[in-house]
Amino acid sequence: MTTEMLRFATAGSVDDGKSTLIGRLLYDSKSIFDDQLAAVEASSEQMGAEYTNLALLTDGLRAEREQGITIDVAYRYFSTPRRKFIIADTPGHVQYTRNMVTGASTADLAIVLIDARKGVLEQSRRHAFIASLLRIPHLVLAVNKMDLVDYSEERFEEIRSEFRDFARKLDIADLTFIPVSALHGDNVVERSAATPWYEGSTLLHHLEEVHIASDRNLIDARFPVQYVLRPHGAEFHDYRGYAGRVAGGVFRPGDEVVVLPSGFSSRIARIDTFDGPVDEAYPPMSVTLVLEDEIDISRGDMICRPHNHPMPNQDLDAMVCWLDDRSELAPGRKLSILHTTRSARVLVRDLQYRLDVNTLHRDGDATSLGLNEIGRATFRSTLPLLADEYRRNRETGSFVLIDEATNNTVGAGMLLGSAPGS
Amino acid sequence: MTAGLSHLRELEAESIHIIREVAATFERPVLLFSGGKDSIVMLRLAEKAFWPCKLPFPVMHVDTGHNFDEVIEYRDRRVAETGCRLVVASVQDDIDAGRVRELTGPRASRNPLQTTTLLRGIEEHRFDAAFGGARRDEEKARAKERVLSFRDEFGQWDPKRQRPELWHLYNGRHHPGEHIRVFPLSNWTELDIWQYIAEESIELPSIYFAHERDVFRRDGMWLAVNPWITLLDGETVERRVVRYRTVGDATCTGAVESSAATVAEVIAEVAATRITERGATRADDRASEAAMEDRKREGYF
Repeated sequence: MTTEMLRFATAGSVDDGKSTLIGRLLYDSKSIFDDQLAAVEASSEQMGAEYTNLALLTDGLRAEREQGITIDVAYRYFSTPRRKFIIADTPGHVQYTRNMVTGASTADLAIVLIDARKGVLEQSRRHAFIASLLRIPHLVLAVNKMDLVDYSEERFEEIRSEFRDFARKLDIADLTFIPVSALHGDNVVERSAATPWYEGSTLLHHLEEVHIASDRNLIDARFPVQYVLRPHGAEFHDYRGYAGRVAGGVFRPGDEVVVLPSGFSSRIARIDTFDGPVDEAYPPMSVTLVLEDEIDISRGDMICRPHNHPMPNQDLDAMVCWLDDRSELAPGRKLSILHTTRSARVLVRDLQYRLDVNTLHRDGDATSLGLNEIGRATFRSTLPLLADEYRRNRETGSFVLIDEATNNTVGAGMLLGSAPGS
Repeated sequence: MTAGLSHLRELEAESIHIIREVAATFERPVLLFSGGKDSIVMLRLAEKAFWPCKLPFPVMHVDTGHNFDEVIEYRDRRVAETGCRLVVASVQDDIDAGRVRELTGPRASRNPLQTTTLLRGIEEHRFDAAFGGARRDEEKARAKERVLSFRDEFGQWDPKRQRPELWHLYNGRHHPGEHIRVFPLSNWTELDIWQYIAEESIELPSIYFAHERDVFRRDGMWLAVNPWITLLDGETVERRVVRYRTVGDATCTGAVESSAATVAEVIAEVAATRITERGATRADDRASEAAMEDRKREGYF
C-alpha cells in the first residue's frame, strides 16, 4: 500500500471553531478511537457542554484543558487510503504568532478559518500573511459557521471577494475557499445538502487531491553533508561515504559535482543506502553519496552541481520572526546560527524595518524586534553559509538563531538573497 | 519525472536525518531499547543511518526486572546482531540502594520507579542525548513534545518552556548536567510502525502475536499471571488466546484477546480497532487525564 504524506497547518482561535474542525476531520474520517471519544464526552459533560466538545481532543496539556485554550503547536495524525496527514494545530492569537510560524515551517498546506458571521478579520489577514511568508504552497480559507448565516451563498461570496482583494498583496500560489460548518460537518468530509450552490470539493477531498508533488524543488541539486561514514573495517577498508538528506534537485551516479565551500569537484560514484545502492536521490531522501575522488569533505559542507550552486556568503539579509520573550533582536547582538548542517555565529548588523503583521505596514524607525515580531534584518556570519533564497528553497533558505547564554531557540529566519555589500 | 516517496519512506528518511544529526552534534548519545516494537523500529532506523558503520552509540535497557522472557531473549539477540554495546540500568539496583522504595500490594508496579533508574543511568554514563521511541499519536501530552526535547539538570520536562522547533533544524544545545531526549519516531503512528515492520520484514518478540497464556481480568484488561503479581479476591485465572499491543513492565501491561498471528493479521486488526493501544492495555496511563504529562515532567520516557 503506497500513500503520500501531506503536512498541513491550521490557524484560528477557539472561537473560529478550529479545534472543532480538526475534531470533525478526525471523527468523520474514523481516526478517533472510542476511548479518546469517551474521555472527551466525560470532560464535556463535566464542563457542562450541551454537545460533545470535539475541541477537547486536541487540547492536551493540563493548562490548556483548564483554560480552554490552545497554547502550543499540537501534532495530530490521521490517514485515508489516499494519504497520511500530519496536522500542525496552532493557536491563532497574535501572542502565539511564533507557534504558528513553527507549525507553518514544514507545512505543504495551511487552513485558515474564518467565522462566516464576522468575515475577514485582522487575525485572518495575519494568518494568511504568515502562511505566505513561510511559503506554504497551498492555502485553504475555510469559511466556518455557515449554519449561522443560513448557508448563504451571498455571504460566502462577499467573504471570498474581500479576502481575494487582500491576498493580491501576498504571494500565494494556490488559494481555495470552502464553506463549512465544523459543528455539523457540512462540507468537511461529507458534501452538504445545505450548500447546493457550492460546486467545489469538501475539505477532506481537497486535502486528499491537492497536487503537492511539484512543490518540491527538483532543479537545484543541494546535499548538505551531515555525517562522514568511515567504517575502517576489513570489508570496507577505503570506504568514505557522505551521509545526508537531499535538500533540492536530483542526484544520480555519474553526475559531476562540486563541493562547497572548498570548490573541489568530483563525480558521484554511487548512492548508497542500507537497502542497497539507488539510481537517483531527491528530496527528502536520506542517502549516502560516495564520490570518485578522495577529497576532504566534512559536516557542514554542501555537495552541488558545478553550474548551479549557492555562493558562499557571510552577509545575510533575511525576514526574521523573533521567538523569545526574554530578549530582543537588536543591532550589535551576537547569536549562534543553525543553517542546514552548518553552525556559526552571527552579528546583527542592521534592522531595516519591523513589519506590522496585521496591516503589513513597515516601520523603518524600529530599533528592535521583540517576541512574535517580524522584520527584515542583515547579519554578518563568522563562516560563509551555503544558502539559497527562501522562496527558491525552504530547506537551504531557512535558519534558526540561538541565544548563546541560554541555548534557547530565539529567532527564525528566511533568507532574501545576498545582502548589499557582499 | 521522479516519483514521490511513500509515506513510510518519507517517515524513514526523516527519522534517519534526526538520528544522524544527533550523532553528529552530541558527544555521548544513547538509544533507549526496551524490546518493544517502537524501539525495535528505532534500532533498525539507526542501523540504516550509519551503514556500513556500526552504531556510533550504545543502547540502554531500563530493566524493571519484571520482564517477559521472550523480550529479553530478543534483546540480547539483536544486540549481538548489530554489534552494539548494551548498558542495563536496573530498577532492582535502585531498590537495593534505597534510592526508591518498592511499592507493595497486589497492584504494585515498578513502572513509576523507572524514572529514577533512567535518570541515574543517564547521569552515571554522562549521556547527553537519549533516543526514545515515543510517538506523538500515543498520548495527548506527547502530541506537544518536540523531536529534540530539553531536560534540565533534574531530568524534568517543562511543557510551557519548550524550544520552538522549525523546519528540520534541531537545536540540541545544553549545559553540562542537562540532556536532550530525542524522539525520531515522533511523526509515526501505531499503524505506520506495523506497516513498516511488514514492509521491512522486521522480526518481533513472539508476545506481539496471538498465543495461549494464563491470564486474569483486572480493570478491563487481561493481565498475565507472573511471579510478581498477586490475584485479588474474585479474580480467576483463565487460559486465553491473547497478544500484546505494547511491551512494558509485565505487571501493568495488559494483553488483548486476539487471533492475529502474523504481521498482516495484526495490521488488519490495528486498522479496524477502536481503542488506542495505551488506553487498551496500559494501567500506568489511566491514573488520571494528565497521567503522562505528570510523569513526563518528572523525567519519564
